[in-house]
Amino acid sequence: MPPEQEDSQAAIVVAGLRRDYGDRPALDRVGFDLEAGASLVVLGPNGAGKTTLLRILATLLRPSAGQVRVLGCELPKEAWKLRGRIGYLGHEPLLYRDLSGRENLRFHARLQGIGGAEATARIESVLAATGMERRADQRVAELSAGMRQRLAICRCVLHAPELLLLDEPDSNLDAEGRELARQLIGPGAGRTRVVVTHDPDRFLPEADRVLRLGIDERAAVA
Amino acid sequence: MTPSRAAFAAILGKDLRTELRTLQSLPAMALFAITTFVIFRFGLDRTSLSGSLASGVLWATLLFAAVLGINRLFVAEREEGGFDAIRLAPIDRSALFVAKATALVVYLAALELVTVPIFAIFFLNDLGGLLPLLAVLALADLGLAATGTLISSMAVNSRARDLLVPLVLLPLAVPLMIAATGATEPLLEAGGPVYDRFGSWLLVLGLYDLIFGLVGYAVFDFLLED
Repeated sequence: MPPEQEDSQAAIVVAGLRRDYGDRPALDRVGFDLEAGASLVVLGPNGAGKTTLLRILATLLRPSAGQVRVLGCELPKEAWKLRGRIGYLGHEPLLYRDLSGRENLRFHARLQGIGGAEATARIESVLAATGMERRADQRVAELSAGMRQRLAICRCVLHAPELLLLDEPDSNLDAEGRELARQLIGPGAGRTRVVVTHDPDRFLPEADRVLRLGIDERAAVA
Repeated sequence: MTPSRAAFAAILGKDLRTELRTLQSLPAMALFAITTFVIFRFGLDRTSLSGSLASGVLWATLLFAAVLGINRLFVAEREEGGFDAIRLAPIDRSALFVAKATALVVYLAALELVTVPIFAIFFLNDLGGLLPLLAVLALADLGLAATGTLISSMAVNSRARDLLVPLVLLPLAVPLMIAATGATEPLLEAGGPVYDRFGSWLLVLGLYDLIFGLVGYAVFDFLLED
């Protein structure tokens, strides 16, 4: 069904999505929809296109074919309307290594149009929520991978996005970090979520829908 | 949408803070320029230069020193995910072009603040041309920044970045360098500065800045697409 005929409550509608890298399709005939506030867990082996799907939804990649509608915006045509409404947590933390955690978060807050006292309040709030307030003045290069992931989670939710796109959100986190992260980006946070993972045991209990991507086969939605 | 001024200030502030903290570009640029002056001084076996030779030595040195900074302009964005962060933000992406070009102008001005006095000590008998030279430096810096930012943003995704930047930038910089050396030559004449065709060369520099500034501003958004 074309996205324009779908339920207006759907946060994400994808139909016949294909993305090629050169001659090789990374995604082919992918289709699903996701209601606002629900969680979609995306599973699949390495090379199945999970990260590619997430980057397309985040407006970082253009689809080669198919229709994608996210939060009412048709991609890639209306990508500019969507930016600022998405929290994206990818493989890279998107943090500058030579700036401190606080400096990085202030930079991202300013890019998102948040400044002054409001930025400070939000930054301190997310730092406290991830247990990073005492390490946030260290340069990112001096932090462990787990600490960087906590900061990346702070960056991801700093601007209170409506949609979270999470690629292996628990990577490098210890048990305490996972629990703290869950409060910010877990299903209880009340946001629509797409979670890419290799850990179904951990994330399937949180899933409202599951998308299994395979290599050379059509995506299956459960 | 975040106002472009706020995005510009955030990106420029981040770049200058990072450079002050890491000194990844400026020391290399300055060391290159000073070493080149020393080589010219002993290679040419002259204790003073004037006119076209002085102008050529100054601009050849500044141009190649600038290439070092231009090469590194987008490295953090490429290696630390800055491009993705900026593409995810509700900002006019041209703010990135303007901020990066401004950062490059600051680097070039700092470079010249150190190296032009050294050039004067090494080679000039008459310092009267240095004041009007500031106008030439400012206009040439703007042109180099506009072209350099554009080329650097295109080359940064290539593994052959260090080769691509000079390969594409240097031919594009030829008109700028002709105008800059043409404007500088009469300022550094042995008997003191003369202003023959000085205004015309400044006009050419200004036109170059305008054209490449507008081209960069117009196409930069498309360069950031995947």
